[in-house]
Formats: sequence, C-alpha cells, structure tokens
Amino acid sequence: MKPEEIGILIVDDEASVRDSLYQWFKADGYRVDTADEGTRALKKLQENAWDIVLLDIKMPGMDGIELQKRIKGIDNNIVTIIMTAYASVDTAIQGLKDGAFDYITKPIDPDDLSRLIRNAVEKRRLVTENIQLRQHIEELLLPEEVVGESPAIKRVMDMVDTVARTDATVMVLGESGTGKELIARAIHSRSSRRYFPIIAINCGAYTEGLLESELFGHEKGSFTGAMYRRKGKLEMADKGTLFLDEIGNISEKMQMDLLRVIETKKFTRLGGDKTIDVDFRIICATNKNLEKAIKDGSFREDLYYRLNVFSIVLPTLKERREDIPLIARYFLKQYAQSMNKDVIDFSPQAREAFTGYDWPGNIRELRNAVERAVVVAKGKYIQIDDIAFPFPSVSAAEGVESLEEMEKRHILKILNQTKGNIAQASEILGISRLTLYNKIEKYNFRKDELNKQYL
Amino acid sequence: MSFIYIVPIELEDHLFLETLEGLISDIFQMKTRRAEFKINLQEVFDGRRSQYNSSMVLQQLIANPPRDAEKILGVLDVDLFIPILTFVFGEAQLGGTGSVVSMHRLHNRFYGMDEDRDLTSRRLLKESVHELGHTFGLIHCSHPGCVMNSSTYVENIDQKSSEFCPLCLKGIRKSDVDTAPRRLFTFPWHSRKG
Repeated sequence: MKPEEIGILIVDDEASVRDSLYQWFKADGYRVDTADEGTRALKKLQENAWDIVLLDIKMPGMDGIELQKRIKGIDNNIVTIIMTAYASVDTAIQGLKDGAFDYITKPIDPDDLSRLIRNAVEKRRLVTENIQLRQHIEELLLPEEVVGESPAIKRVMDMVDTVARTDATVMVLGESGTGKELIARAIHSRSSRRYFPIIAINCGAYTEGLLESELFGHEKGSFTGAMYRRKGKLEMADKGTLFLDEIGNISEKMQMDLLRVIETKKFTRLGGDKTIDVDFRIICATNKNLEKAIKDGSFREDLYYRLNVFSIVLPTLKERREDIPLIARYFLKQYAQSMNKDVIDFSPQAREAFTGYDWPGNIRELRNAVERAVVVAKGKYIQIDDIAFPFPSVSAAEGVESLEEMEKRHILKILNQTKGNIAQASEILGISRLTLYNKIEKYNFRKDELNKQYL
Repeated sequence: MSFIYIVPIELEDHLFLETLEGLISDIFQMKTRRAEFKINLQEVFDGRRSQYNSSMVLQQLIANPPRDAEKILGVLDVDLFIPILTFVFGEAQLGGTGSVVSMHRLHNRFYGMDEDRDLTSRRLLKESVHELGHTFGLIHCSHPGCVMNSSTYVENIDQKSSEFCPLCLKGIRKSDVDTAPRRLFTFPWHSRKG
C-alpha cells in the first residue's frame, strides 16, 4: 500500500503532540488528520475512512480506552495504537485486551515509531487483503445455484439453511442425479467452515484398499506402490467439510474405520503410527435404502445413526416438474455462454417436451439433454428437432396412451418437422390434405403446440 | 533574486558551514546567503527533557524572514525534539520556507566514538538537503539511496546518499520554485570512496 492510501487519525488533547505527529506522518506521505478529543474523533471516523488511529489514553471527557471500544464498534479492523505519557501496566493490558495493535509511551524513539507504523500499515494491508481474498473466494466458491421455485425445493433449501449453521452430520438422500453433491456444497458454503475446503470423495468409485488409502493417506512403503507419503482426504478436509458420496457402497471394514474416525476425530495414515487429529464436518449421500441395508446386515446400524443426524431427502425432478423450465433455461444460458452460441430460449414445443418428460436421470439427464440441444441448435431457439430424448414420455405408471392420443402426437410431430407445410406433412402421413385439415380441426392443436411462424 | 538563507544558531564551529553552503548552492542551483537571526534558544528549552523544541525554533526562524529569503535553513548544536519523539535530527515546513538541522547527534562523539569531521560534514549535508527537500514539498522517499529516505538513526543517514533519486528530483522540478536543481551533483567524496 502506498502511504497516500493510508489514513492516520491522531487523537490527543495536547496540541503539540497532535501537531508534531501530524508533521511527522505528513512527511511520510500519509493522509493525516487530528482530533483533540473523543467525540470529534468519532465524528471524523464517521465522515472518512481511517486505517490507523493513534489515541491518547488520558483525555478530558471520553478516555482512550472508551474511545477505542467505540472505534472498534464502528470498524473492528481499524488498527488502534494507544499513547500515554504515564506508562501504566493496567491501562496497557486493558488497551491491548480491547484490541489495540500496540501501546506506546510518549515520547517515543523515532525509529520505534517508524517501525510501529510500518508494522501497523502491514497489518492493515494484510487485513484488507484478507477481506478481499475472502470475498473473492466467496465468489469463486458460490456453488452452482440450486435453481427452483417449487415448494419441494424451497423446503430443501430451508433445511439447508437451518443445518448449515450447525456442525451436525448430514445425510443427503435422493435418486441419482437429483443434486446431492450440490446440496452438500450449498451447506458447506453457508457454514462457518466455508473458508476451508470441502473435500468430496465418491466411495463407490474405489476398491476397499484404494478407498482406505484415499481417505486416510499413507506412509511411504506402506503398500506396494506407495512410493511417497501421501495425505488422505480426511487430512485435507481439516477444518472443512468431508463429503462422502455413495456411502452405502462401502465395505464392512471401511464402515468400522469410518465410525472410529467420526467418534474420535483421530486416525493414523496407512503404515504410520502417528495419530493425527482432524476437525471436519461430514455430509454424506446415498441413493440406497440404508434402512434395508441395515436389516440385511450389509450396513452397520451404529454408523447409520452417526451419519443420519439430520437427513435431507431431495425430490426427483418429476416431483418438481414446475422447476423444469427454470432449470432448463439455467443450463441453456450456461452452455450457450460456454459454447459461445447465440441460443436464447426454447421454442414452445421444445419447452413442452422438456416439461412433459419424466427425467428418470433427474437433473443430470436434463443437463445433458440441454447441452446436447445447445450443441445441435441452429437458431436462437432450441427446436423440437434438437431434442434427443423420447418426448413426451410415456411411463409405465401412467399407462399406455390411446390410439387417438398417439395419432394426435404423431401429426403434431410431422407438422413440426415440415414446419407446417400441409402438403409435405400429408404426404409423409399418407393422408390427403383435406383429411389432415380435418384432423387439425379435430384435435384443435393449441397455438403454442405449433410454431407460431407457420400457423 | 532569492536565496537559501543559512542561519547558524548559537553554532560553535562555523567552519562546517563553509563546505555546506557551496554544496547546497550546487544541488539546488540557488545562491546561498549566510545570516544571523535573532533566535532565543532559552525560550524553547524544555528543562525536563534537557532538549530544545524544534518546532518552536522553526517558528522563531521564520517569524521575520528577509524579503529575498526563498528558503531558510537553521543550523544549531543543541539537541532537538518534538513532543511525541525522543529526538529529531531536524524539522522542516512541508512545502514552506523554514527548516532546521541539529548537529548534536551528527557527531561521532555523541555515540562514544572518535570524532570524524568529514563524516559529520557529510551527515550535515544530507540532513540539510533532506530538510530543504521537505520545504520544496518532497515527502519521504522509499528509495534507500535517496536523500529523502527517512532517517531515524544516524546509521540511516550514513547509508543514504546526499542526492535526490530521479523521482524526487522530478518532484522538486514540479514545485513552483523556478530555481530548482537541474542536475544531480556527484560529490567529491563519492568518487574518492570509489
């Protein structure tokens, strides 16, 4: 920081002290101002931003200790330095306890004052830098938005907000692709651990031995191939959050080891004998029915209760169908930007197809479908032809559609394919133009079912 | 025509000023003039500290400046202080007229060492140029070799040169004094020291 970027406020009832310090700091290039008593100092603090305040402890009216408390109330990051003509251990301790950066006895050696101000400036710089970095990290860490307006997802987000403030272990349950990791990250980013890492590990992706080494780390030579000492994810998650995905897929031995770590917050690396203390919060996720797994003996009941302190069940996409257009548009914007394509929205038919489909693969499938559609889209709008999934879906639960419904859907599809060209459509359908007109009239296609430009 | 006034204040050894005047004139490209002002040091003496208040000396020094005084540099032997600090080597009005330098802590004997007139002379020059630099509006410079680098102990003075760094030189040129230095002066002892 350049001196002119630093503001120093001098508060002393002695004019000679104020003036001499003023001159001294001015010669160093700092922005300087003075106040002869506490109230005027507070007024200056409200009017302008000050980085360092040098304040006398003995002043008529408000004393330095009281003034310092009020300054810290305005901005806790202002560096305060207490000055006194009479060194007293009690006031020094009180001043430092209340957050003073240092305490000086007047008169001070010029070299000490220079060093003190240099250190105070450095502290202020670090504090400012720290605040900026935190903001920067917060921006970077902002998890992908949880998009949705449906009551189901709002309930989930309320739960996220509630549990984020605590350190409780969270179990996120939900079908594959419902966004379990996104929810884990949302909890982490709203928690007091947000400046520390969230370490995610997919337990289902490793064999037992590898998972053990991934989690606990290992010492050099602890097993064949362990060429170097390696920190495990547990160590990396220290002070942060450990996200264990597919927790239902871990072996019995791993379950036991994990239970021990959760209970003691201590572990040793593979092949090591040093106990390592860790402090982390666990969020785990599974799409398995763990209660059933407990019954058939494949999941430890004690671990289950340790992990399932607070559970959040994520709705499937089908259960919050009203969010589909919102989410689809969210992904569309993302992909259009990353692919540098001028795709701005879905055509009405495409939107209907997206909303009508059941999305067994949930948000993951929806995202892939949007990505593919953006890749193949030619104009500003994603058309029905750009969509690869079978729309509208006919799930077994909803039963089989009638011949009439099938005919209506097929005619609509062909009309869209031919961009409303009746002659072409009737030829493809193998019916006369008149019959096609009759069918259009019969099914009374809604305007939004057909592209406006050819109706 | 305006001058830099060099004012000895109860100074014992005026010989130091002989060299100083010539060098200051070269550095600032201004003529110097030596004069005695009426300064009452007893008035600015602080009995508790056994030191003299430099700001008060400065006030007396600029109280009745001669018409042709562009800058005034007071030189004295006594130990100076400002209320918040244990001592100062000198003081100046930032962008003003007056400046004052004490030789008290420039002598080696103050530190219990053998006196070295050349060294004292060099220190006096650096401190004088430094304080005069302030009167030209210059603030402390972070360049370690620049004469405007802040000196809080005597070794600091010895480490820096008596020259302005290019930035400070530019700063002086910008100031409204049309007689600002136009070149850096290389001092004889620099070349002698190699």
